[in-house]
Amino acid sequence: MANEVCFRTLDLETPWSLEAYESVGGYSSLRKIIAGELDHEKIIDELKLSALRGRGGAGFPTGLKWSFMPRNMPGQKYVVCNSDEGEPGTFKDRDILRFNPHQLIEGMAIAGYVMNATVGYNYMRGEFYEPFDRMEQALKEARSKNLIGDNILGSDFCFELHNHLGGGAYICGEETALIESLEGKKGQPRFKPPFPANYGVFGRPTNVNNTESYASVPAILENGGQWFLDLGKPNNGGTKIFSVSGHVTNPGNFEINLGTPFKDLLEMAGGMLAGNQLKAVIPGGSSSPILPAEVMMELTMDYDAIGKAGSMLGSGAVMVIDESVCMVELAARTAHFYYEESCGQCSPCREGTGWMSRVIHRILEGEGKPEDIDNLDRVAGNIMGRTICALGDAAAMPIKGFLKNYRHEFEYMIEHKRSMVKG
Amino acid sequence: MGKVNIEIDGKKLVADVGSMIIEVADDADIYIPRFCYHKKLSVAANCRMCMVDVSNLPKAVPACATPVADGMVIQTQTPKAVDAQKSVMEFLLINHPLDCPVCDQGGECELQDLSVGYGEDVSRYVEGKRVVKDKDLGPLISTDMTRCIHCTRCVRFGQEIVGIREMGATGRGEHVEIGTYIESTMDSEVSANIIDLCPVGALTAKPSRYKARAWELRESPSIAAHDCLGSNVNVHHRRGEIIRVVPRENEAINEVWLSDRDRFSYQALTDGKRLLQPKIKKNGQWESCDWQTALNFAMTEMKRIIGASNGDNFGAIIGNNSTTEESYLAQKILRGLGCNNIDFRTRRRDFSADDKGNVRSGLNFPLQDLEHMDATLLVAGDLRHEQPLATLRVRKSTGFGKAMAINPFDGEYNFRLSHEIQPEPHLLANEFACVLSAVAAKKDDAISAEIKEWLSGVEHNKVHSEMADELIAGEQTCILLGVYAQEHPQAETINWLGEQVAKLTDSKWGYMTQGCNAAGNKLAGAVPNQSEVGGRATLGKNAKQMLNEGLKGYLIHNCEPDVESLWSEQALENFNNAECVIALTSYDDGRMLDYANVMLPIAGNFETSGTFINIEGIWQSFAAAVAAPGDVRPAWKILRVLGNLFELNGFDYESSIQIRDELREKYEVSGDKKVSRKMPEVLCSSEKFEAPRESLGLYRVDPMVRRAEALQKTPKASTHPISISRVKT
Amino acid sequence: MTDLNYDKSLHLKELIPQSAIDEIEQWILKYPAERKRPPIMPALKVVQEHNGNYLTTEMMQAVAEYLDVPHVAVYEVATFYTMFNLNEMGKHVLSVCTNLSCSLRGSDKVVEHLQNRLNIKLGETTKDGVFTIKEVECMAACGGAPMLEVDKVYHENLTEEKIDKILSDIAAQHMPAKEEDNNGK
Ligand SMILES: Cc1cc2nc3c(=O)[nH]c(=O)nc-3n(C[C@H](O)[C@H](O)[C@H](O)COP(=O)(O)O)c2cc1C
Ligand code: SF4
Ligand code: FES
Repeated sequence: MANEVCFRTLDLETPWSLEAYESVGGYSSLRKIIAGELDHEKIIDELKLSALRGRGGAGFPTGLKWSFMPRNMPGQKYVVCNSDEGEPGTFKDRDILRFNPHQLIEGMAIAGYVMNATVGYNYMRGEFYEPFDRMEQALKEARSKNLIGDNILGSDFCFELHNHLGGGAYICGEETALIESLEGKKGQPRFKPPFPANYGVFGRPTNVNNTESYASVPAILENGGQWFLDLGKPNNGGTKIFSVSGHVTNPGNFEINLGTPFKDLLEMAGGMLAGNQLKAVIPGGSSSPILPAEVMMELTMDYDAIGKAGSMLGSGAVMVIDESVCMVELAARTAHFYYEESCGQCSPCREGTGWMSRVIHRILEGEGKPEDIDNLDRVAGNIMGRTICALGDAAAMPIKGFLKNYRHEFEYMIEHKRSMVKG
Repeated sequence: MGKVNIEIDGKKLVADVGSMIIEVADDADIYIPRFCYHKKLSVAANCRMCMVDVSNLPKAVPACATPVADGMVIQTQTPKAVDAQKSVMEFLLINHPLDCPVCDQGGECELQDLSVGYGEDVSRYVEGKRVVKDKDLGPLISTDMTRCIHCTRCVRFGQEIVGIREMGATGRGEHVEIGTYIESTMDSEVSANIIDLCPVGALTAKPSRYKARAWELRESPSIAAHDCLGSNVNVHHRRGEIIRVVPRENEAINEVWLSDRDRFSYQALTDGKRLLQPKIKKNGQWESCDWQTALNFAMTEMKRIIGASNGDNFGAIIGNNSTTEESYLAQKILRGLGCNNIDFRTRRRDFSADDKGNVRSGLNFPLQDLEHMDATLLVAGDLRHEQPLATLRVRKSTGFGKAMAINPFDGEYNFRLSHEIQPEPHLLANEFACVLSAVAAKKDDAISAEIKEWLSGVEHNKVHSEMADELIAGEQTCILLGVYAQEHPQAETINWLGEQVAKLTDSKWGYMTQGCNAAGNKLAGAVPNQSEVGGRATLGKNAKQMLNEGLKGYLIHNCEPDVESLWSEQALENFNNAECVIALTSYDDGRMLDYANVMLPIAGNFETSGTFINIEGIWQSFAAAVAAPGDVRPAWKILRVLGNLFELNGFDYESSIQIRDELREKYEVSGDKKVSRKMPEVLCSSEKFEAPRESLGLYRVDPMVRRAEALQKTPKASTHPISISRVKT
Repeated sequence: MTDLNYDKSLHLKELIPQSAIDEIEQWILKYPAERKRPPIMPALKVVQEHNGNYLTTEMMQAVAEYLDVPHVAVYEVATFYTMFNLNEMGKHVLSVCTNLSCSLRGSDKVVEHLQNRLNIKLGETTKDGVFTIKEVECMAACGGAPMLEVDKVYHENLTEEKIDKILSDIAAQHMPAKEEDNNGK
């Protein structure tokens, strides 16, 4: 089954309207809460049972994360949604914002209730003009029906939600950089600990989740944690939106059960473009190491399976690559991206991303030396685990992946000064 | 605070809960390499150099950002730690120019030092290096931004310590550049501390650029001479020439910082127009002469004028920055000759307490306490420009406490004020009295009938009342009077008010003074109302009288009253009309050339030994760091010889230490001799002032500062700094 | 003495219309009142929009003064985020994504076509000041690769025909107004 959670309004006339959302059961969980039928402990229990894992990339269990928030600590607390969606290949949150904004609003309001936070921010990347307008519209609707705002539905629960726009920086998807950015500064990640749950926006306890994570919550509470868990597989509950791009006939978002075989997903996307041969897949956004076709065709789409195969499910951005692609070129474009997007704060990332990018581009230009390959691998290794935030790892892992699986293409280019694939 | 047991490199240590590994290691003298960490700054953890191996953790962790936990076993030398450190070193070096031979930081560069230990001999980086355009940060700081390793210490310094964000890191990734807003200069009064903070040669001192290599320098400890804190410094010199002055850590006084004024004023010694030989004016022409001639001339003239007038028509003006020993000898000579006209307080209007005499002026509590105050009330002071480092402490306290001000001008503060009153200058005491009135209203039973009477008619408003509340409510609170308070016509009323408000609110209180040695000068007896350590003296003429009335003869020591006194125009006129002006000076320029008759070249700060007593009453003695040039002599020696020429007793000192010890002994017997202040006369506003603000200005306080070239080129030198740059966060 | 009544917001008010100031004020309301920096980014965006897609030093300074934050804090933000331009830009900035998914689907051809049509290189502006081509990183529209964004609208699944249409539509906005339009007033 598809489109059961975040995309459940998609087939309706104006899927983004309050009416459409309420027609599929929307805001019923929030109403239950207001009616006193669901308390915060029960909600966290259901989330834990559902095995919902963070959809932003790291896959951290959402129920557990919510339980870390010091809900009884006095003072302001915040709920923040990460709609920065910067990971190359990912375009699912944009569609949730455009086509089902109310489900996000409800999810965040529920989070606000659970964590005793009365203010939420939805941080959208700066280029999300259309999603921003949809969100603003939806907020207006929800506010007019007293679904958010002061004394929601006559209760003493208050929750105000604000839409915020970024300014163009991939790093602002990293949660602490996002917080800094929200505070009006450069998006430079903070060292953790302290974690946002203790020291977040404006120094106050803050919960950060991805758009898809929040938007999954209302459906889970309507149908129960067990229902969600059963959609997927143990430890990998629910459906997940996969953003399929690259060399497929029908690229797009597919909300399917976790554990679905990759083969099936490829089929849903209309198969390979122009009947070309599958060469490789980047399974979870540009930060995840590339996997060769033969490995991919055997895999199911879930956190554990892809992790075991040496890559990551990440944000669920599946980039499909056919035989025509030169891996050195692809690696160069990847390296360039991280070089452009490093925030520049810590030494290994600032200097290492530039170093990697320059070496690969030099190889592309026919100036490669045999020792470059090992050096590249070493530099990537020296970045990993030594940076303030995970961008360092995100930059290094794919390069290591390209070298591991396609070392021969690099060697060929260094030796022959031309691409093995393109000639 | 709780304690935990940890182990670093096999050493068992007890550490405070919450401290970072690097702090504990530093305390235990275990070295962990670092660039971005600095104990006075927030943890940035951006250089990643301090990686250490913590057992049970899979990866090396930064020691500067990892808190200790009970039972933690840390190793700094395992392959895991060293690999991480080496790889970071390699990253830092790829874009760093290998220009150590021409870099001013060469020989004391933290990057250079560490690269010897951690860098690989042959860089595996063969790509092009980044080049960064240099920034113009003004006359004090040179930049070579290509060398910057982005540790952001300089940025954090401005943001956290000074509270003025001048430096920033713009751009992102490899294109991050450290600089100011577009291309503006740094002009805080403590800006040059970033030179010390910068671990590489990106930020160096402009005045000493290319003057010497680090390893050629010799270092001598000394005391800075331009404000009443007495910051500790090290003077770096080569073959007798001062190359630069840097802070010497003293947590109780200057922490690790130094004001720009104290750092760069040495330039007046090396680049200023020094007086190198005694000179006598003959028929309007200056002629060099030997010491004997000059001293004989001075002695003869003094004898003549003093003798003819019973001591009445001669007077000595002592500079603010004279050493305690110099002041002591000067007054000893004068009083030995029967003349009591001596004073250093050329910026005072109110002498009404002169007949009451307490020995020491200043702060009645440790300077350090300023940073722990729940509430601080500043009265009549431009702390930022008068005692730049004291303001950093007050700023620290505003992290949790409140700062309030009653200032008759739009002061520049680098912290936020919770309450502010800006009275017209002549109403300063009245406004302060309103605070006392507010306090009195809340502490009715503690007020004497006398004070009630005094306060009748003084009405306080909401702001006064809230100020009083803060002072009463806070656990640690203080009232700090600035230099301007002592210049005010009602200085003694203001002091009394300070004392009263402090007493009733259980606050500490104290006042700041002009120059570096007001406390020492007073204690030495360079005042007309008391001899050394508060000893009895026939009341002589004070500075105001001497400068306004016109005497036949003057001795001016290490000062230019025609520039720096409140009575500069009168002083100039009276000096010009005097029969003889004897000047002990370091400089051969200025209007002194017109009015003096004999000039005796004295050693400057760092060229002489002596003692300054700071605002807190701490005696700080120092030896000469370098010898004075030419025929220049330390002033204490000149005064000693003069004393002997007059055939006065007790001038057989062989060193300045002997002079100090003699005074110290007397002081130990007398003690501080605090005399309680008498209630001032009925309060009425003083006469209206012409100028709203008359403070001398940051870079005009003494002859040396006025001749320090680089300081004079800064924006703060030309106009008195009044700006809109209040703290922004 | 500084005039305590000096209105620091004056400068910005001279640079942009009241409607834009109101927009900034709306953003300010979203954040805690004692926090001065969160509105920096929205304010810069509003100002940039009113200045034809780029910011000048004077404007950044005016924003800093309006919000009462240090100048360098604004400058740091303006130089960190790619959506702020500190050099003069065309009236319409064609932001072309060349990241992985788009490059797999031919973004190099999009760039090439644009360069040929407009006779400028990536990063340049046409002489008439109408177009700038800017290379950008992934814009979260990979399902519609190759794509570009211009005037706040995403154009996906680009073909040469689509690109030509985008260009001609924009160019049409810059045609001199016809006479009858004026007469109609
Ligand atoms: C460099 C970097 C970029 C990231 N970008 C995003 C992003 O665009 N969207 C997102 O939701 N999470 C992103 N993350 C992950 C966030 O840091 C964070 O883990 C996530 O928002 C938590 O939400 P979740 O638990 O619901 O996944 C990024 C992480 C890194 C290190
Ligand atoms: S200039 Fe110096 S202190 Fe500032 S970031 Fe660069 S290396 Fe650090
Ligand atoms: S000193 Fe720890 S990361 Fe720089």
